[in-house]
Amino acid sequence: MADARSLTDLFGILGPRRVSEAASAVDTSVTHVTEVPYPTQALQKFLRCLHGAENPLILDLGPVVGSNVTFFGEQLGCRIRVEDVAADIDRHVKGGKLELLPEYFAGRFTPAPGSVDGILCWDILDYLDRPAAQALATALCRLLKPGGCLLGLFSTAETPGQVYTKYVVVDESTLRYRTYPGLRQRQRSLLNGDIIKLFKDLRVTDSFLMKSRLRKMLFRKPAPRA
Amino acid sequence: MNIGKSVIIKGELSGSEDLTLEGHVEGRIDLKDNVLTIGPNGKIKAEVFAKAVVVLGEITGNVTASEKVDIRDNGSVDGDICSPRVAIAEGAHFRGAVDMQRAGAKAPGKPATPAAPGQAQPLPQAQKVGA
Repeated sequence: MADARSLTDLFGILGPRRVSEAASAVDTSVTHVTEVPYPTQALQKFLRCLHGAENPLILDLGPVVGSNVTFFGEQLGCRIRVEDVAADIDRHVKGGKLELLPEYFAGRFTPAPGSVDGILCWDILDYLDRPAAQALATALCRLLKPGGCLLGLFSTAETPGQVYTKYVVVDESTLRYRTYPGLRQRQRSLLNGDIIKLFKDLRVTDSFLMKSRLRKMLFRKPAPRA
Repeated sequence: MNIGKSVIIKGELSGSEDLTLEGHVEGRIDLKDNVLTIGPNGKIKAEVFAKAVVVLGEITGNVTASEKVDIRDNGSVDGDICSPRVAIAEGAHFRGAVDMQRAGAKAPGKPATPAAPGQAQPLPQAQKVGA
């Protein structure tokens, strides 16, 4: 019995160690994992915006997250288009062609103008210089349908390190954040007025300042006046 | 059935048995009632039609599956996916659009998978499309 107990204890010791070893092996490309879920009203409101749309098309500007594709596609019945803008930025950094980003964004997206119901912009604008951010924002405004909405996240604090964030949708009102290494760090924080100017064709419908000093903003494209 | 990594096929590939591809294919792959597995060495530049597609290698082109598309770790798809179920692993590459509705609409009589308790409900207008 005593032997059995000691064996159990031994497995108890070995068990967690194996898990942590496996985790460290898997996470060599990930600098930091935040698996704490964060409540989000902004995502809820974003989803509410899509309710009137038939088989809505969502453009996700982050890296592909399998569970997000399942959430939007399988559970909500959306079409989802993944366009990893962080990968675009890194490619331009590698090639030493960051100054070409504004021109690149102008012709980057394949969906027809006015065909997208919702855009998950996440925090990608934080990583761009002003001309590139403006070019991207202009392209996104063009893609949105009248009545369509855009969710943008903006850091209001300096964040050191060259990391991007994956936003993992847990459910309609919860997100998890997961950082991974990139080739560019966040640029100077955008002020509220700057953000509104970037999306001058859209209307701000909601703005939430989180304890983490992340600002979540929801924009809507107004319907054209009759 | 396996197609080894030294094999290069240009044109249309069709069949009625499950297939694992490790080689290169350019053109079109049609395995409507079977499972297509693109092995880690497989490189496909083709329109793909199958019952289920498992991707461990690379696909450039649109993928249509009547049951499921599964992009595993290090698998890569550059193209649009049309399938009622799509699984994308952490570490996989994907660029394109996913449409789980149109694929469902092709199988009339097959009800849409209901959301599990605690999961989000489908958007009401989207349900009309599958109806």
